[in-house]
Amino acid sequence: MAVVAVQAYTGEVRDRVENFHGNQLLYIGWEDHLMIASPLAFLFPPTMRFGDVLEKALPNAFGVHPEWEKIDWNQAQWFKSGQAWTPNFNQTLAENGLKHKDVLRFRTPGLTGIKGTCS
Amino acid sequence: MDMKVAAKKLGLKERYAAMTRGLDWETTYQPMDTVYPYDKFEGIKIHDWDKWEDPFRLTMDAYWKYQAEKERKLYAILDAFNQNNGHLGVTDARYINALKLFLTAVTPLEYMAHRGFAHVGRQLRGAGARVACQMQALDELRHAQTQIHSLSNYNKHYNGFHDWRHMHDRIWYLSVPKSFFDDAVTAGPFEYMVAIGFSFEYVLTNLLFVPFISGAAYNGDMGAMAFGFSAQSDEARHMTLGLEMIKFMLEQDPANLPIVQGWIDKWTWRGVRMLTIVGMMMDYMLPKRVMSWKEAWEIYFEESGGALFKDLARYGITIPKCVAQATIEKEHITHQAWTTFYQYGAAAAFNTWIPEKEELDWLSEKYPNTFDKYYRPRLEYLGEQAKQGKRFYSTTLPMLCQCCQIPMFFTEPDDPTKICYRESDHNGEKYHFCSDHCKEIFDHEPEKYVQAWMPVHQIYQGNCFKPDVDPTAEGFDPLAAVLDWYNIQFGRDNLDFEGSEDQKNFDTWRQTAKSNG
Repeated sequence: MAVVAVQAYTGEVRDRVENFHGNQLLYIGWEDHLMIASPLAFLFPPTMRFGDVLEKALPNAFGVHPEWEKIDWNQAQWFKSGQAWTPNFNQTLAENGLKHKDVLRFRTPGLTGIKGTCS
Repeated sequence: MDMKVAAKKLGLKERYAAMTRGLDWETTYQPMDTVYPYDKFEGIKIHDWDKWEDPFRLTMDAYWKYQAEKERKLYAILDAFNQNNGHLGVTDARYINALKLFLTAVTPLEYMAHRGFAHVGRQLRGAGARVACQMQALDELRHAQTQIHSLSNYNKHYNGFHDWRHMHDRIWYLSVPKSFFDDAVTAGPFEYMVAIGFSFEYVLTNLLFVPFISGAAYNGDMGAMAFGFSAQSDEARHMTLGLEMIKFMLEQDPANLPIVQGWIDKWTWRGVRMLTIVGMMMDYMLPKRVMSWKEAWEIYFEESGGALFKDLARYGITIPKCVAQATIEKEHITHQAWTTFYQYGAAAAFNTWIPEKEELDWLSEKYPNTFDKYYRPRLEYLGEQAKQGKRFYSTTLPMLCQCCQIPMFFTEPDDPTKICYRESDHNGEKYHFCSDHCKEIFDHEPEKYVQAWMPVHQIYQGNCFKPDVDPTAEGFDPLAAVLDWYNIQFGRDNLDFEGSEDQKNFDTWRQTAKSNG
């Protein structure tokens, strides 16, 4: 039973991709850097180049962290829904297989946050 | 000669029986199932409503008399508090921010509780249970009213109190308490009774009252204390009603047990998640602290709740499995929540701040296993940044849990350095959760939670601007437009406490009260 109700019904999916005016949601979290308290929600067109996410969107969101400047992006490890994943920076989100409401995490080896506390 | 026999006056018990049983009847023009259409679909089987033990035994006239007496006392205290500028007697203007959170987050829930119990008080087939619910519906309405009256005095002097009802339906963090109650009132009557009557009133109410009311008293706020005590004297009845409903369902039919257990599991977790905000208030927003969240959890949940579940074991009820995780999290969640509010302090209708050194020391002492190791360096760093004029405000919206709607700041139960990510696919759509328990709640009834009004997603869909706003206009500032829609006055209601209007006014007024200068 998908819902306990007087009669069975199908719920309106309030966050379906059609409601985002041509954009899609992408969640991104930076592992071991919890000064930025939670993963963040971004709204991007599926035609956006993945490299632009890295170069244009993420600095605004995570750049305030003192370790942001120290990141070696060649070393960074990516995870999609918790599974290891390799992005192609010159391809679009859609070409990278990223769908509406996908969640990415990146790990930056060697960087462990403020005073090594994963903050 | 006729003997005139004086009509025997009915005793309280008889009057109560007459009201709850004598005035009830089996309908014949319409089938009972049509008159009471909502008390069967949840699968709860009731064979004999007459077995319902009335926990209150209050008649209407006794109720009015008793409550009127309390109201008189309450308003006498409030008048005295207000006329003597009692607000200047609180420990520190930071405390007042806890009241802003209370008025916008909790008071509207009192009103929703009124609506919920009024609904259930119509829909249950047993007259005794209906009357008890109607009485509680009146209590809840009184609680909403007395809180609004008490806190209205603060609105004359401080920011952030001006549009609490409007804010409750809109502001991102207020969707946490709002969706909690919406979930409860859109359930069937029996689930509502477990959600609010039992899990919330019985299992978790103490954790709400310790910080708000003891905290208010401890910080010199006689106004909030007065409404708190007035409300608290009703809580004993409310708790009894919730527990009676649980026992009644379990005694009526053994098939009710798994359904009731499922609701207890769900609503204990829903409540625990919502109380994160309360815990944060205890640890961070009260200048004089009553006890830590961890201590409150240990006394009121682990000890009192443990005893309650022991009592229910004879019906086959077991302690909810989420308790294990909540017990681990008691050392973490308040710190995680406060740093989140601090980071989003530009989008909150109250001021935020980094605790002073003595306060950090208190937290270190109260949380010896976690605070220095994980959270103190984070707070100290943010404090130093603020002193250098680089106060951290995040302008990117957080990812939320589809069930509790709290930003995904909770960490893995076995690793406080890793955010806990969980997800489900339903009909080709992805949904994300902060915990196994929130995911389980969704997986049990996905068609309910796919409809959730998620504040972050609503902002991105363009639904959180005033109607005349043009998001395509040049220089459009979406966050400013959202704050405008929230009716948060930028620079007055939000941002850091340091340098806020409330801070300046409070200091000036208190000086004026103490000296001629």
